[in-house]
Amino acid sequence: MSDETYLNIDHVTKRFGKVLAVNDAQIAIRRGEFFSLLGPSGCGKTTLLRMIAGFEFPDAGEIYFEGMRMTDEPPHMRPSNMVFQSYAIFPHLNVFNNIAYGLRRERLARAELQRRVEDALVMIKLDGFGPRGANELSGGQRQRVALARALVRRPKVLLLDEPLGALDRRLREAMQIELRALQKSVGITFVFVTHDQEEALSMSDRIAVMSAGQVLQIASPRELYEAPNCREVADFIGQMNFFDGKVTGRDGGMARIDAGALGMMEIETGASTGASVLLALRPEKIALSAAATNSVKGTVMAAAYLGERSHYNIDVPGLNEPVSVATQNVGKIASQGHEPGDTVHMTWPPGALVVLPRD
Amino acid sequence: MAVAAKGEMTARLAHFYRRSEGARGLALLSPTMLIMLAALAAPMALLALYSFWTQEGYALNTQFSLAQYGTSLGRQTYRALFYRSIEISSAVTLITVLLAYPMAYFVAFRVERSKFVWLILLTIPFWTSYLLRVFAWKVILGYNGVINSGLMSLGLIHQPLEFLLYNPIAVVVTLAHAWAPFAILPIYVNLEKIDRSLLEAAADLGDGPLRRFCRITFPLSLPGVIAAAVMIFVPTTGDYVTPTLVGGSDGVMIANIIEVQFDRVGNWPLGAALAMASMAAVGILTLLFVQATRAAAARIR
Amino acid sequence: MRSQGAGLFAYAIVYLAFLYVPVLFLPLFSFNNSMFIAFPLSGFTTQWYSQMWADAAVSHALFNSLKVGAAAALVSTMLAIPAARALTRYRVPGGASMLAFVNLPLFIPEIVLGISLLILLNATAIPLSLLTVALGHIVVCVPFAITVLVSRFEGFDKSLEEASLDLGENGWMTFWRVTFPLALPGIVSSLLLSFMVSFDDFLIAYFLAGSDVTLPIYIWGQLRFPYKLPSVLALGAFILFVSTVLVVFAEWVRSRGLDHRKHKMVGA
Repeated sequence: MSDETYLNIDHVTKRFGKVLAVNDAQIAIRRGEFFSLLGPSGCGKTTLLRMIAGFEFPDAGEIYFEGMRMTDEPPHMRPSNMVFQSYAIFPHLNVFNNIAYGLRRERLARAELQRRVEDALVMIKLDGFGPRGANELSGGQRQRVALARALVRRPKVLLLDEPLGALDRRLREAMQIELRALQKSVGITFVFVTHDQEEALSMSDRIAVMSAGQVLQIASPRELYEAPNCREVADFIGQMNFFDGKVTGRDGGMARIDAGALGMMEIETGASTGASVLLALRPEKIALSAAATNSVKGTVMAAAYLGERSHYNIDVPGLNEPVSVATQNVGKIASQGHEPGDTVHMTWPPGALVVLPRD
Repeated sequence: MAVAAKGEMTARLAHFYRRSEGARGLALLSPTMLIMLAALAAPMALLALYSFWTQEGYALNTQFSLAQYGTSLGRQTYRALFYRSIEISSAVTLITVLLAYPMAYFVAFRVERSKFVWLILLTIPFWTSYLLRVFAWKVILGYNGVINSGLMSLGLIHQPLEFLLYNPIAVVVTLAHAWAPFAILPIYVNLEKIDRSLLEAAADLGDGPLRRFCRITFPLSLPGVIAAAVMIFVPTTGDYVTPTLVGGSDGVMIANIIEVQFDRVGNWPLGAALAMASMAAVGILTLLFVQATRAAAARIR
Repeated sequence: MRSQGAGLFAYAIVYLAFLYVPVLFLPLFSFNNSMFIAFPLSGFTTQWYSQMWADAAVSHALFNSLKVGAAAALVSTMLAIPAARALTRYRVPGGASMLAFVNLPLFIPEIVLGISLLILLNATAIPLSLLTVALGHIVVCVPFAITVLVSRFEGFDKSLEEASLDLGENGWMTFWRVTFPLALPGIVSSLLLSFMVSFDDFLIAYFLAGSDVTLPIYIWGQLRFPYKLPSVLALGAFILFVSTVLVVFAEWVRSRGLDHRKHKMVGA
């Protein structure tokens, strides 16, 4: 990638016995970036993070920090620090000594040590909590102490292993915003592991989506959502309708695709004539109307009112599965409401359909 | 060149060590394993070796021979000692486990707040001097002992009861007392582990208290019962202190005859063969017991 | 249900009496002003205690037992710390069978341990002494030490040690700053309990001691002489008292450690 590449994961593979935990991962993380590793549990994201930290070592491939090979360095020799999923707050030390833990061996003057820990406490809004015992903290406070303990070492990369997973929903959402703001203010590269796609989308500059040890796509949140590169990514991020299609001909950059019950359409794609493709369409890109237009007709099977939006399952003759549609309930008169049994017509803007390879 | 190669070697070793959990684990275990190999495995191997040798006067004949096993198993007095040791130990095991079970059950299921106090009370005897606990029984059962003098001063008897001390019953009582704490803890641990909602589920499915105990509690506590039985049966067969202090001539056990071979008689190979034979017999009996218990437990529905 | 609970409670009390009353006769008669250990009690005295303290052989044997016990406790605990850590922290190939092997002394009659070590020492021409007694005691103490420490290390969040490495400490300093302080209650309890096992042991010491005897061997020797029994009673009562205090302390330390861990989990 560009010369901005700061942390380079170069063709890294890791096996546990017969299980291929990480398969040939290739990721270049830029300086100052908020980078997320996203995937379901067991996809290898935590293993990859632990290889960056130095708790696991790759079977093949290399890991470089700023061009320096760190593949075999033990954790205490690496310029990264980690926030653990369990937070790993030392139970025998108070808050002050937890945060000062990594500074002790730097042989700082007492005043300097004091100042840096106090600054860290202010940063995490826990000033005055220094003498508290580790067992007297709430979940959110433990999370902040873990963060301060890692940041106070001024690492070049901060590694975060699902740090918000143990918090309740409200606190988690508040911490997402705080964490993002903190990252921007300290300017340190964050590598963030999560299985929560909303969390990854809202916080990250870029995301690597992983599944079964494979890195599927590395892109910005917007690109991942709007232009996933395969069915798994499309399925994992948000909701998606999938349709079968076949390329019947090409005209310049555009392909003519026969989408069966959805009719014929022209979409910009590189797929060659004769290829079977998968067409993906987000539920919220579909508009419903009762009036007959030149569009796809279907019957409402189920309707769910969810407050700010409504959700419908539409049965379309010729399709195996109902189409999922989400509409925003704008305006006071939600007159667009449709009841089960209603006949509706679906339309979507050009470019809403994404062409994916068939696997 | 050689230095560079050596450096390379060391680096690769360090690399392997850091990467391999197994290697790190083995390195941490190795001091213990070395000591235990030297002070447990090697002596046991030597003991086995000795049992195939022969004592000739003051010299050892290191020619392989099964003569000691022939003597150990063939001579009537030794066979009788084997049988008696196993009878006494079986009785002790049965009594201690039967007595301990309700106690462990009580602490696991009935005690709520003061569990720690009960556990401490049951643990203290476990750690206090075995020799002194046996000695206490000699004091209690003796001719002029606690029971006899107590009964006489109450005027209930006029002559000391002679049957109290120096017989197999005295050995069984003393051993049952001395080993009682060993039975409670394993049974307690297994009872404590039982998920209480299982019992509620059984009650919900229509089982009364007795059937719940037979179908849920007891089968689930069985590993603890087996562990307790093995932990008592195996060491007591080789007990030396109790038969010596309270057994008399009728209460002699196999350990006494082994000790004699190593002390006064000085026939180490015979002592070794007696020890090996008794361990083998106890081992086989224990395996049979565990198998039989498991098979019986598998029939519970 | 309620009556069943009452019945069990009564049983438990009787059971405790069965465990304790026989042993309590030792302290009872140790204060009895009579050569004979028999009812009726004839008066209170502390003469058996003063007689015991005056006996140089007793204090010599006691000192020997303390030395052997301290050595056995220290060595077996120091061996057990890394071993228990390895067994709970790493997937060690063959770990389960190694643990079973190390636990063997619990399932071998002491007399067999004693004679087999005697044969080895004889074969290697190592003279019998307090050192050989300590060696024998280490073999029986290691299973206890490992059991205590394994239960301490189980549920020990391994990311605590990883956090220390991540914060820049090497493995050695991580041990001293994180592992050791967290394992301390287990270590203290292992030291005390191993000491007790060694201090109480008679049979292994009986085979492995040279001319220098430990306290249980001394007591064993005294049992042959009826006129010595009262002062053996005093000695026994004293040992019972000290071991009870030590055991209660060891168990208290251990359970405090466990409580501490429980709080932490509630807090998380």
